[in-house]
Amino acid sequence: MPHKRTITGLKTALEAGEFSAEELTRHYLDRIADPSNQYNAYITVTEEAAIQGARRADQERAEGLPGLLNGIPIAHKDIFCTKGIKTSAGSMMLDNFIAPYNATVVEKLFEAGAVMLGKTNMDEFAMGSSNENSYYGNVANPWDPGRVPGGSSGGSAAAVSAGLCAAATGTDTGGSIRQPAAFCGLTGIKPTYGRISRWGMIAFASSLDQAGPLTRTAEDAALMLEVMAGYDNRDSTSIDANVPEYTRILGNSIKGLRIGLCREYFEEGLDSTSEQLILDAILVLENLGAIISDVSLPNSRHCIPAYYVIAPAECSANLSRYDGVRFGYRCESPADLDDLYKRSRSEALGEEVKQRILVGAFTLSAGYYEAYYRKAQQIRRLIKNDFQAVFENVDILLGPTTPGPAFKIGEKAGDPISMYLQDIYTIASNLAGLPAMSVPAGMNAGLPVGFQLIGNYLEEGRLLNTAHQFQQQTDWHQMFPPQGDA
Amino acid sequence: MSTSDGWEVTIGLEIHVQLKTSTKIFSGASIKFGAEPNTQACAIDLGMPGVLPAVNAEVYPKAVAFGLAVGAKISMISVFDRKNYFYPDLPKGYQITQMDYPIVQGGQVDIPLPSGAVKTIHITRAHLEEDAGKSLHEDFHGMTGIDLNRAGTPLLEIVSEPEMCSAAEAVAYAKYIHQLVTYLGVSDGNMSEGSLRCDANVSIKRTGESELGTRTETKNVNSFRFLERAILFEIDRQISVLENGGRIIQETRLYDPDKDETRPMRSKETATDYRYFPEPDLLPVCIDEAYIQAIRETMPELPNDKKTRFQHEYGLSGADATTLTGSVDLADYFEQVAASGGNPRLAANWVRVELLGKLNSEGLQLSEAPVNAKQLGEIVTRINDNTISGKIAKRVFDALWSGEATSTDEFIEVQGLQQVSDSSELEPVVDAIIAANPKQAGQYRSGKTKLLGFFVGQVMKETGGKANPQQVNQIVKSRLEDAG
Repeated sequence: MPHKRTITGLKTALEAGEFSAEELTRHYLDRIADPSNQYNAYITVTEEAAIQGARRADQERAEGLPGLLNGIPIAHKDIFCTKGIKTSAGSMMLDNFIAPYNATVVEKLFEAGAVMLGKTNMDEFAMGSSNENSYYGNVANPWDPGRVPGGSSGGSAAAVSAGLCAAATGTDTGGSIRQPAAFCGLTGIKPTYGRISRWGMIAFASSLDQAGPLTRTAEDAALMLEVMAGYDNRDSTSIDANVPEYTRILGNSIKGLRIGLCREYFEEGLDSTSEQLILDAILVLENLGAIISDVSLPNSRHCIPAYYVIAPAECSANLSRYDGVRFGYRCESPADLDDLYKRSRSEALGEEVKQRILVGAFTLSAGYYEAYYRKAQQIRRLIKNDFQAVFENVDILLGPTTPGPAFKIGEKAGDPISMYLQDIYTIASNLAGLPAMSVPAGMNAGLPVGFQLIGNYLEEGRLLNTAHQFQQQTDWHQMFPPQGDA
Repeated sequence: MSTSDGWEVTIGLEIHVQLKTSTKIFSGASIKFGAEPNTQACAIDLGMPGVLPAVNAEVYPKAVAFGLAVGAKISMISVFDRKNYFYPDLPKGYQITQMDYPIVQGGQVDIPLPSGAVKTIHITRAHLEEDAGKSLHEDFHGMTGIDLNRAGTPLLEIVSEPEMCSAAEAVAYAKYIHQLVTYLGVSDGNMSEGSLRCDANVSIKRTGESELGTRTETKNVNSFRFLERAILFEIDRQISVLENGGRIIQETRLYDPDKDETRPMRSKETATDYRYFPEPDLLPVCIDEAYIQAIRETMPELPNDKKTRFQHEYGLSGADATTLTGSVDLADYFEQVAASGGNPRLAANWVRVELLGKLNSEGLQLSEAPVNAKQLGEIVTRINDNTISGKIAKRVFDALWSGEATSTDEFIEVQGLQQVSDSSELEPVVDAIIAANPKQAGQYRSGKTKLLGFFVGQVMKETGGKANPQQVNQIVKSRLEDAG
C-alpha cells in the first residue's frame, strides 16, 4: 500500500529499489482512475507528463543524482501555472487557459524530482472555504463524501487524504491550506508571507496569498517546504533569506518551549468536542516539556471585517485582467467593447467571485476608501502589533484551526457570514504575514480535527519541529479515511 | 489667436517623459521603437494570470537626477499604486503608477521666454509609471487592433503648477523640460517616437477675477507645434463658449492636427473613479541620502548653468549662449570649435550662422553634419590668423560640406586661397583701381567718403577675394587721402 506511506517512507522504498518511480506513479494514476476513489479532487490528470516525469526520476536515480523529492508523486492546486497544461484556478473564465510558463513552485518541485500527477480542484480563484465555489463542481471529503473537504485548497486536501498523491501544493489567503488540512486529517503549513515565491501563482489577494504544502506529516511538510521556499527576484515581495534544512531541525526537544494559548480563540463559537481534542493535544506538548500560558490578542475580533475589506479590494484589481480580450473566456458575438467586458465577466465568473469584486471595488471607491480600505489597513497594523507583543513572552501560539469539523455540502450555502466565520482562527496570521500550520489533533464523530500553531516571522522550523514532536507521541496523522482503505 | 482681451489664461502641463532604459519598467521586454506589433510584449506585459511586476532598477537614478535638476525633494520612501480602469490596451485592468507618494516632490525651473525674459515655473511632482499599449482603429474593419509593445514602457510624469499664461509660455516650458531631460540622459526626447507627450490643462477667467475657471485637459500632444495649436484652439473655444453665455465642462479632449481642433474624448473614458490603492505586488521604494549624493556627484552641467558659463567664459551674448546650449551635442560641438579655433566669439558666429543655417536649410540633424567640429575649428583658426578672409572661409566651408575638400589647409594651399596682406602686393592694385576710377576718386576727396566701400570692393574683386579687407581698407584710405 505505498499510497498510505509518507514521503519519507516512499523515499526509503525508492532508494531501496522496492519499486521504481514509474511503478509508483502508475500505482497512483490507477488509484486516481479507480471508480471507488472519486472525490472530484482533480481538475486535470496529467498522465503522460507524470509517466515521463517518473522515468526522468528513475534515470536521475540511476545516474546517482536523485533530487530531494525524486520520484515522489504530487499534485498541484490548479492555481499554479503549469507550462502547456490547463491552469483554470477553478474558474470557467480560465477553462481554456493553457499557461505558457511554470510557477516558481512548480519549477522547484520539478527540479527536486517530484512527479506531477495533475492539477487539483479548488474554489474559484481561491475564494471559498468549502470547495463549493468551483466551476468543476464540489469536492467530496474522503472521510465523509457528504461533507466538504474545506477550501479553497479542497482538491489538494482530498487528494492527499485519499491517497491520490503523496503530497500536494496549496495556497492560503485566509486559511485555505490549514482549514482543508484540518477537515481532511492532514498537516498543512502556510509559511511566512514572502517565504515562497508567488510567481506563477494566480493572484487572489496579493498581500495575503502564500503557497504551502499539504502532507500527511510534519516531516513531509518540512521536505516539501525546503524545496518550495526561497527568494525569487521575479517576486518583489519574496524574502531574501536562507532556507534552513527543515528536516534537520525536527529532532530538537521542545522542553522549555513557551506556548501561548490565545484566550480569544477559546471563547464562544468553538465546537466543544474539538476544544477537548485541542486541550488533549496541549497536554501532550506539556508532557514533552512545553510551558503553556494564556495570552491575549485583543484585536482578534477585528480580523474578519478587516480581511473582508482588504482581500476583496485586492481581488477586485487582480481579477480585472479577465476581460475577454487577450485570454480566457470571451462571450459570443459581443455588440461592442462594453458588452464584451460585461458579458464575458458576467458569464464566466462565479457568484462568490463577483460578490467579492463588487465589495472590493466599493471599498476602494471615492468617498469610501478612508472608511473601509484605510481603516482595514490600520486594523491590520494593530493585529501585527498584537502578535509582536505576544511573541515577547511566548515562542509559538496554539489554538484551533477551525470552529468545528467538516460540515455537510450545501449546509452553509446562502449563509456567507457563517461561511466566513470558518476562517476566524486562520485569518489573523495572513493579515500579520506569520507562518502557521494545522496538525491533526484527533477525531470528532469520525471526522478529523486539527489544531493550529502560529509562529513568529521565518520560524517555520520551530512550528514543524513542534508538530513533529507531537506526531512522535500521537498517531492521528496516520489515520486513513475508511473509503480509501481498499 | 482671436481676441483674448478681457480674459486671462491659466495653463498647467503634465509631461510624460519616456525614460531611456533598455527594458520595460516592470519586465525584461525590450522597448526598442518600431518593432512589429506585439513582438515586444512578454507574459508580464500581457498581464497573464500569475505574473508579477519587478521594478527595473534603471528607472530610479533617472527620476532622482531629474528631481535634483529641478531642486525638488526626493522622497526617501515612494510607493507604487494601482490605478484601476478597463481599456483593451491596458492589459491588467490597472496601471501601476505613483499616487500619494511620488518619487519627486516639488521643484522649479527657470524658463527663457520668447521675449527674452525668464519665468519661474513650479513643479508639483514627478512620478514613475508604466505606459499603456496602443489601440489601432484603422486597418481593422469594424474592430480595434491592440499593440502591446508600448505597454510597460517606463515613464516619468512631470506635473507643473498651473502657472503658464499663454500658449507660448507653455511651449517654452515644454521645450525647457525636453532640453533638461535630454541633457540629463533621462530620456532620448524623441518626440516623433512618443518619448515626450504633453497633457495640457487649460482654463480661462475674466481679467482680474481671483477664482480659476473650469479647466479642460487636452491629452497626448506629441509635438511643440501641436501643443501650441491645441492650446490656442482651446483658449479660443473657451472664450467663445463663455462669451456666448455657455459653460465650460470639465472634460478630457483630444487634439486633431489634421483639423487643427480639440474634441471631447468619449465620456466613458473620462468619467472614471480610478480606485487607487497601494500596489501590493511591489514594496515601497526606499532611497537613502548616500544614493542621492552619488547621483548628485555624477550630474551633468545643466542647460542654464552651461548658458551662464558660455556667456562668461566665451564672452557670448545671451542669445548666442541660449542657441548654442540648445542641446548637449550642439554645446559640445561649439566648445570643440572654440577650443581649436582660438576665437570663441568667431566660433560661435560660425556655428550659429553657417553650421545651423546649413543644417536648417538642408533639414539635417547635427549628428548628420558633413563638417565636423575639428574641421570647422580649422576654418576658424585660419580666419583668426588672417590666412583667409571670412568670404574665402565660406568657400572652404562649402567645399568641406559638399565633399570637394577634406582638409581646410590643403584646400587653401591647393586653391591658392591664402589672404594677401602684403602691402607691396596690394598697393599697386589699389593705385591701379584709383587710376581707373578718377570720377569716384574725386567725389571721395570732396567728402563723399562712403565711396571707400566701392574702392575696397573693386580691390577685393580684382584679387579674387583673397586680399585682407582691413589692409585694403587702410591702403585705399591713405592713398586717396594722401593724394588729396
